[in-house]
Amino acid sequence: MDDLHYSESHEWVRVDGEIGTIGITEHAQKQLGEIVYLELPEVGHVYNADDEFGTVESVKAVSELYSPVSGEVVEVNKSAVSEPGIINDDPQGDGWLIKIKLSTDEEIGKLMSAEAYAKYVSEEEQSK
Amino acid sequence: MKFLPNSDAERRDMLAAIGASSIEDLFATVPSAVRQAPDLPDPLSEIEIRRFLGGLASKNANARDTAFFLGGGVYNHYVSAIADQMLYRAEWLTAYTPYQPEVSQGTLQSIFEFQTHVCLLTGLEVANASLYEGASALVEALLMAERLSKGRKRAVLSAGIHPEYRETVRSYFANLGLEIVEVPLGADGATDPRALGAAVDATTFAVAVQSPNFYGVIEDWAVGSAAAKTAGAASVAVVAEAASLAMLKPPGEGGADIACGELQSLGVPMHLGGPLLGFLACRIEHQRQIPGRLVGETLDAEGRRAFCLTLSTREQHIRREKATSNICTNQGLMALASNIHMSLLGKKGMREVAQQSHAKAEYLKGRIAATPGYRLPFSGPTFNEFLVEAPPGVDAAALLDRLAARKILAGIPLSRFFDSRALPADSADRRRFLVAATEMNTRGEMDHLVAALSEVRA
Repeated sequence: MDDLHYSESHEWVRVDGEIGTIGITEHAQKQLGEIVYLELPEVGHVYNADDEFGTVESVKAVSELYSPVSGEVVEVNKSAVSEPGIINDDPQGDGWLIKIKLSTDEEIGKLMSAEAYAKYVSEEEQSK
Repeated sequence: MKFLPNSDAERRDMLAAIGASSIEDLFATVPSAVRQAPDLPDPLSEIEIRRFLGGLASKNANARDTAFFLGGGVYNHYVSAIADQMLYRAEWLTAYTPYQPEVSQGTLQSIFEFQTHVCLLTGLEVANASLYEGASALVEALLMAERLSKGRKRAVLSAGIHPEYRETVRSYFANLGLEIVEVPLGADGATDPRALGAAVDATTFAVAVQSPNFYGVIEDWAVGSAAAKTAGAASVAVVAEAASLAMLKPPGEGGADIACGELQSLGVPMHLGGPLLGFLACRIEHQRQIPGRLVGETLDAEGRRAFCLTLSTREQHIRREKATSNICTNQGLMALASNIHMSLLGKKGMREVAQQSHAKAEYLKGRIAATPGYRLPFSGPTFNEFLVEAPPGVDAAALLDRLAARKILAGIPLSRFFDSRALPADSADRRRFLVAATEMNTRGEMDHLVAALSEVRA
């Protein structure tokens, strides 16, 4: 298992000091299929937890991206914008989306662990 | 023979199922005062009804039996009998944006060709599968520019844009919290570049200019594009007389980001003012914000050329309330008609239509300008339509009515587009009217019009 924190809308956050790196999960990547377009915010945008921060478009659908945590965008993954396929290849590594300077450390605790998220996904699958 | 779908017994069953005792009951909530049955005449036989309706129809003047110089957004261009005949083919009659698209390769191919024509005419890279008509195409272009701007609130519109297009924009914007600034025309009848520059600021998402504008004057696309560029706004080019595109500089070359407007001139008969045919084209970097359907070219599983709907993920049926636009259809049959027409005319034919329209309008313009009492208020160059001012004391609407009685539909009074009560009795606007010419007008008709103008004045 890993050190990521997961949201119900299928994003993950990796915390390093006061910086949180955000991406979409392996499960989300699989569900979306081939990703062809990515829209990300500019550096400096401030979001509250659960705010929409961009969109990801696959051959099947366009989905909104939600920030699991509050804070200011300090970096966006430009290579993912120019080559969205890397989100499919490595969603929880090179395919990260944005880095946020966390405005609080209290929100992280509300997110799921890898184990809890795996359970959440399998329950979501079964309820379909 | 039974023409009504429900029998009395079925109606009784349905009423019983919902607990109503009569059809009247269903309308009980409508106040009786407004429920008066219309006073209809007795039924007529089929022969009688044809005679009656034929009589009504013959009261309409039409372009065939009159000398016809009306424009104002709908133009009397020739449509070949071949195009008409093609359109009557049963396979096409249901032409509509396909919902099981990939099995409708013929429809998709026609739309793809239509889009290609629009791109060639506008000098832009991506065109959609058409929109309803020019006015809503302008609205969609502006809303697209607003999305691209991410949060700006102001659209700058030239006063040379068709007044009905501007009215449509006002209707849409009224409840969207978006602002409109209108820029007046200069003495030549083109948008005043200084006023345009002054109207644009950091809150502006679009600068829209029409050419030829509503008064027929040809605008320089570069003026609007330069103003848009300084503010980081989108430059929107509006075209209401699409035949001009075969002769004038295309919007894309003039720096436009989005071109939109009306294609009726290219293959759609005037009908009675509609159905018309809107279009919208843009630069490729903005393609994800384009409204409506897009057909793309691809290869099928066996490597053969095929067509598909593309970028559908932006659209309502997939993206629901987050869709880029509420438009998820196109003006299918009219786009098909236009595609057939444009394919038949080709580059050479379209150029000839434009050149003839222009040359005839120039002839007529010169002769009217030389008619005592009449003047041309604007000095700017025109394509196939121009503004005329009647002598003092002559009301344009009344003058045109008198000419219509002589089977000359000479033009459209400007007063029709303004609140006529707001125009003082002998104001210039009451004396002004728009005159258009196309390849359909003969020299005889034009000379007849000029002679009638001087007679009626006298």
